[in-house]
Amino acid sequence: MSVASQDTAIRTGRAVRVLIYLVLVLFSLFYLLPLYVMVVNSVKPLDEITGGGMMNLPQVFTIEPWLKAWSSAQIGVEPTGLSPYFWNSIKMVVPAVAISTVLGALNGYVLTKWRFKYDTILFGLMLFACFIPFQIVLIPMARMLGLMGLAGTTSGLVLVHVVYGIGFTTLYFRNYYAVFPTELIRAAQIDGAGFFQIFWRILLPSSGPIAVVSVIWQFTNIWNDFLFGASFAGADSQPMTVALNNLVQASHGVKEYNVHFAGAILAALPTLLVYIVAGRYFVRGLMAGSVKG
Amino acid sequence: MGFLDIDNTTKSYGSTEVLHKVDISVEEGEFLVLVGPSGCGKSTLLNMIAGLEEITSGEIRIKDEVMNGVHPSKRNIAMVFQSYALYPNMTVGKNITFGLEMHGTPKDERDKAMNDVAKLLQIEQLLDRKPGALSGGQRQRVAMGRALVRDPDVFLFDEPLSNLDAKLRVDMRTEIKKLHHKLGTTIVYVTHDQIEAMTLSTRIAVMNGGYVQQLGTPQEIYDTPANIFVATFMGSPAMNVVPAKVSVENGVPMARVALHDGSLTSLPFSQANMAEWDGKEILLGIRPETITDEDAADRKSGNIAHMTNRIVVTEPAGSDTFVTMTMGGRDVIARMRSDANVSPGIDFMFAVNMEKAVAFDPETEVRIAP
Ligand SMILES: Nc1ncnc2c1ncn2[C@@H]1O[C@H](COP(=O)(O)OP(=O)(O)O)[C@@H](O)[C@H]1O
Ligand SMILES: [Mg+2]
Repeated sequence: MSVASQDTAIRTGRAVRVLIYLVLVLFSLFYLLPLYVMVVNSVKPLDEITGGGMMNLPQVFTIEPWLKAWSSAQIGVEPTGLSPYFWNSIKMVVPAVAISTVLGALNGYVLTKWRFKYDTILFGLMLFACFIPFQIVLIPMARMLGLMGLAGTTSGLVLVHVVYGIGFTTLYFRNYYAVFPTELIRAAQIDGAGFFQIFWRILLPSSGPIAVVSVIWQFTNIWNDFLFGASFAGADSQPMTVALNNLVQASHGVKEYNVHFAGAILAALPTLLVYIVAGRYFVRGLMAGSVKG
Repeated sequence: MGFLDIDNTTKSYGSTEVLHKVDISVEEGEFLVLVGPSGCGKSTLLNMIAGLEEITSGEIRIKDEVMNGVHPSKRNIAMVFQSYALYPNMTVGKNITFGLEMHGTPKDERDKAMNDVAKLLQIEQLLDRKPGALSGGQRQRVAMGRALVRDPDVFLFDEPLSNLDAKLRVDMRTEIKKLHHKLGTTIVYVTHDQIEAMTLSTRIAVMNGGYVQQLGTPQEIYDTPANIFVATFMGSPAMNVVPAKVSVENGVPMARVALHDGSLTSLPFSQANMAEWDGKEILLGIRPETITDEDAADRKSGNIAHMTNRIVVTEPAGSDTFVTMTMGGRDVIARMRSDANVSPGIDFMFAVNMEKAVAFDPETEVRIAP
């Protein structure tokens, strides 16, 4: 994922270089430490953890905590494990990411290529959505969901996340399309392509880099969201983050740290996966200005 | 009624009018060039013909059908853009046939049309490539192919050659001219390059500041420019314009022009009506190629005047040598044969073909003779 190539990098002396690497390695270790702790403790029997030595490698290797976290741990009152909530999250995240990305692309398209009076003001207002703290909208949103009959449903959560995400996705796509040559749109108009044909056939196929940015951003935010999930989800639509909290917070019995660690990793895996698969396009997309023609 | 009529057309953005009452009528098969400096409204006018910009007032008609409010795709026009505007995600073949596809032409007809056009433009071997893998000249050809395949009533070109290097530009210019001869389609072509305008057009509209300054054949524009702007914009080097005073001597109107040392020379006009300006100041326009040495003076001209003036600079340019002198307090350039016996600092006798001279009113800058 290195962005600077050889000729843009600043030349440095050998000593400086060693120092830089040393600092980098130290920081990496520092950042990787929590992950290490989580992984090693998720494959230990509980007594190895309670006996102290959080940093030690497991003496007995077991995947029992993972299985338990996934399928049989006590979440709230039911011993279901995290798996149903994992699927709840998927059912929420996939449509929310898809819809907010497509709408953001459409908005960006209209705001740059179908300019109208006061469009910059409208865009400014949409940007405002990026800066509204979640807490402010909780009560009005709950009321709206109730009025729409979506309270406590996955659809309701999808709606909330789409509404909240549109500001960001519009920003991404608007800035990307702003430098997309308008002559291409004009050529397509003369060729007889309509509003949506231009969008699907000309604009979207050239939007790969920014679509990746939008998807990663939205996926990470929505998957990791706790507040909206805790506030608006019903018993059977709770997302992974809320379930993880319930697992860890369970007030009865012994605290099974190894199960908690495994559960936490399970909850974090999808975002990690998305970033590993598409991460290098993320930087590229953020840097991408125009379509090279 | 012409084939393409631009009738009293204006364009405003908000309260600023950028095109003022443009009136141009183009016959079928004409090659009209809109030429003028950057920002004069050429592209705006072209886009209005294409339907990409709304017409604020007036009418544009193609084949006597009013085009105001008609969608660009329904005007039966095709356009070549300065940036070529090739769809980056589609192959060359797809680029060429996209318009036909959008108009519902069946696949086999599309392919046939594509192959015909590819053959005409010699881009057959490029059909499967993406635009990103083409050179500038190839992209230019593909952009023309995309326009040609539609078999439109009118071709619109917006500075199609300005992104090419000098050599390629000249080649493509010839190619476009050949295509026009072959196909005979009506063309409206925008450029800021006056040489392109002169070489390609059957008629030129010289524009400045949102006004059409003059509409005419290249010869008319060159020989009888409507005003000083047209006179100096068209032609390279530009027409020399020097202040002069008219005086009638022995019944012949003369232009009295100051030479390098302030002494006055008399250059006789070919037009008797210049006598009306007796005693008044005018601006005299002389094309560089009409100031020569005696031997190179135009034998067919009935009015060669002579003057001796000091040479300031000589610039050999291969086939010609450009000679700079001072007249009326301004630099004046003469285009001489390369073997003319000139050098800086000497006094030289020039022959001026006054049949080709043009006179302008210094107030309005409008041509008063010929
Ligand atoms: N969308 C617009 N809004 C306001 N003014 C514009 C717009 N487009 C063009 N203009 C103005 O109209 C004039 C003509 O522009 P244009 O037709 O592009 O000139 P040219 O093609 O001759 O260089 C310019 O002064 C330009 O600033
Ligand atoms: Mg222009």
